[in-house]
Amino acid sequence: MTATTTTVAAVKEGRRIRLGDLAPFIALAVIIVLGALINQNFVSSANLLNVATRSAFIAIIAVGATFVIASGGLDLSVGSMMAFVTGIMIMTMNALAPALGDWAILAGAGTALIVGMLCGLFNGVIVTVGRIEPFIVTLGTMGIFRAFITFMTDGGSLPIDRSLREAYRPVYFGDFLGIPYPILITLAVVLLGAFLLYRTKYGRRLTSAGSNADVARFSGVNVGGMRTSAYVIQGFCVAVAAICYVPRLGAATPTTGQLWELQVITAVVIGGTLLRGGKGRVWGSVAGALILEIIANVMVLSDLVSEYLVAAVQGAIIIIAMLAHRFTSSR
Amino acid sequence: MIAAPIPAPLPTPMSVAPRPAVMQAEGLGKTYGSITVLSDVTIDILPGEVHAVIGENGAGKSTLMKLLSGHARPTAGHLMVDGMPVDFDDAAEAEAAGIVLVHQEILLAADLTVAENVFLGRELGRGWLADDRAMDRRTAAVLARVGSAAHPRDRVGDLPLAQRQLVQIARALLEERKVVILDEPTAVLANDEVAALLDIVRSLRAHGVGVLYISHRLDEVQALADRITVLRDGRMIGTWPASDLGQREMAELMVGRELSMLYPRKRDAVAAAPILEVIDLAVDHGAAKASFTLQPGEVLGIGGMIGSGRTELMEGLMGLRPSHATKVVVDGREIAHRNVTAMMKAGLVYLTEDRKGKGLLLDEELAPNLTLQALDAVNPGVLLHRRPEVAVLEKAVREYDIRVRSLTLEAGKLSGGNQQKLLLAKVMMAKPSIVIIDEPTRGIDIGNKSQIYGFIDRMVRAGMACIVISSEMQELVGIADRVLVMRAGKIVAELTGEAITEQNVVYAATSGRHESEGRAPG
Repeated sequence: MTATTTTVAAVKEGRRIRLGDLAPFIALAVIIVLGALINQNFVSSANLLNVATRSAFIAIIAVGATFVIASGGLDLSVGSMMAFVTGIMIMTMNALAPALGDWAILAGAGTALIVGMLCGLFNGVIVTVGRIEPFIVTLGTMGIFRAFITFMTDGGSLPIDRSLREAYRPVYFGDFLGIPYPILITLAVVLLGAFLLYRTKYGRRLTSAGSNADVARFSGVNVGGMRTSAYVIQGFCVAVAAICYVPRLGAATPTTGQLWELQVITAVVIGGTLLRGGKGRVWGSVAGALILEIIANVMVLSDLVSEYLVAAVQGAIIIIAMLAHRFTSSR
Repeated sequence: MIAAPIPAPLPTPMSVAPRPAVMQAEGLGKTYGSITVLSDVTIDILPGEVHAVIGENGAGKSTLMKLLSGHARPTAGHLMVDGMPVDFDDAAEAEAAGIVLVHQEILLAADLTVAENVFLGRELGRGWLADDRAMDRRTAAVLARVGSAAHPRDRVGDLPLAQRQLVQIARALLEERKVVILDEPTAVLANDEVAALLDIVRSLRAHGVGVLYISHRLDEVQALADRITVLRDGRMIGTWPASDLGQREMAELMVGRELSMLYPRKRDAVAAAPILEVIDLAVDHGAAKASFTLQPGEVLGIGGMIGSGRTELMEGLMGLRPSHATKVVVDGREIAHRNVTAMMKAGLVYLTEDRKGKGLLLDEELAPNLTLQALDAVNPGVLLHRRPEVAVLEKAVREYDIRVRSLTLEAGKLSGGNQQKLLLAKVMMAKPSIVIIDEPTRGIDIGNKSQIYGFIDRMVRAGMACIVISSEMQELVGIADRVLVMRAGKIVAELTGEAITEQNVVYAATSGRHESEGRAPG
């Protein structure tokens, strides 16, 4: 062919940044500015740290959910799983407290991580080996885990042993150089998640499985393995959230983590991850979790709208975010 | 070889047109922003003629079709139907005026029945109630007209690709049409189905319909067209009576230069130990007990009708489908547990016929697509490294002449030919010794085709072995050293040397069909 078309522009170094990728962070900034305009107290560092700390659970779980969704799956069971893992952890700690003293907390945390990953593995194996829709599988396990925690608490409350409270308390209420531990833990989880998803071959393969499972399979990617591992990562993240959560209330109840799955999915979707898979935005998911918590906080601080309507505003946000995405991406 | 001189184009519209044109376009053009994709096209369609439009990918054929059928609005020039100026807001207006476009892609709802698809959006009925019986009756009639064996109540998703294509044509022909525009209607059809489709086109012509026919297959154009319009680089080169142009002239007008030989010269046979030996490979729902061998430095063609089990056999061999074999030996080593990872490790790669569905991640950029299959080779260790990824991409773009505006483009934005080259570069990243290519040149233009044949030639000269599945008989004859022909899931013939002719392939692929009754699995 003659020189009808010329080729190859120079490659720009580094990643291209698209406006759409920045949208969740722009939205976060806008909401913070609005919050500041509505109530002076909002921008106090004490309040901001408080908000960020409270959003830690959803943010940590949302990092795992980003993996699951990017790989082409969905997990509705995270809220119930969180409660179940919390219950197991408390029972383990309480049982070991007389023998191990404060070390029982570490044993409990270790147990929580293992149980969380096993729960994720269970979801993943049924989805991939059983070839059942993730929606159905995790709808089922959502009910199962919820029933287990209700059974374990006997419908009431399952508190941690008095002797462990003092030692465990700082994990939620303590801070390092003024930054609360939950924020630091979230940061660690996010950095790890972003590294895994963007900088490793594993992350590339996981995303390709979600983008088009056939292409991935034809390219020699173990699609089932990738999807299963995403659920295991989700279970790990749920366990980490549970470890941070236990000292906050000091007990597990049948309503622990209820409806968190919706908040988590909302955070992930607001953050720019596509529900159909193939793109994961770890930092976006965290921004999404912050947006949800900030909206709740601003509504509580202001008298404009009743705080009973928080869920309605959060629900509206996800729809608005999707509409904005539709109009920016279809040009 | 020196081509015959190409006759000068006729003045357009044809000054000696015996009948008034049913549709005319004058000075038609289309620009998107600052990019002109089509300019100054003047074309007319007579009632009862087949007017072929040919050109390479990107020549503007699809754009022209869209402008004529109301799927896009021209930014220059104007359209006339029956001598009256028209301006279509959308495809529905064009259809109301009797102009219909049959898309190249199958645009049908897989879960609906044939009749539901045919009448989608224009259901018959009284008030709110659908009249299924009337729709079934009329669907059966129009299916019979296009020679389809489908039943109105068949679910479209259960039909083979060729039948779906016929359903799509049936849908377009439900009402009386003045002009039917067919965009690459035979791209997914096997030879006997092509013949049936050409008959449909001829019957349309006999009924006085003007047919605008776009195709890559120049033999079809020659067999069918009354006049031929050639587009190149968004401009009109001219209109000729079909009798004035041979296939070689058409190809040269499309490319704008004399074609050097389309196929590379064949290599001399070398005797060597087989690099691949397959004994009794049976693929579930696809192929029965196939045995064959492959030599290094050889192009082994696999011919047969679509649905004869060719793709299934190769996907089964690669471990992409459930299959069983007595023995598969690669390079002297028997592969005990065949799965896609083991086969790739053994040096085999498979380039799918479905490049958009199974070959490329259309939303991803070029580099992740290129390296997906060979991530470990490009990125030693656990991490991804941007620099080697860019380096291999630059090399592949050069080596395979992938034409892109920018290296950070998404794969879905490339033209078909460039996607195919990217896909070829992708499987070659794995440094294979055996390359299986399913339909290497489906839906790509003649310039890219010639290049792909060159790449195949280069790889076998370098000592690799290549299996090429193709529905284009000419292609098999042109590049294969040996051809296996499949029919109804079995290998029924092996052709070598002088015996590789289109006639022999077709004969082996079709003869005895009446014994096995109806369609092959697939």
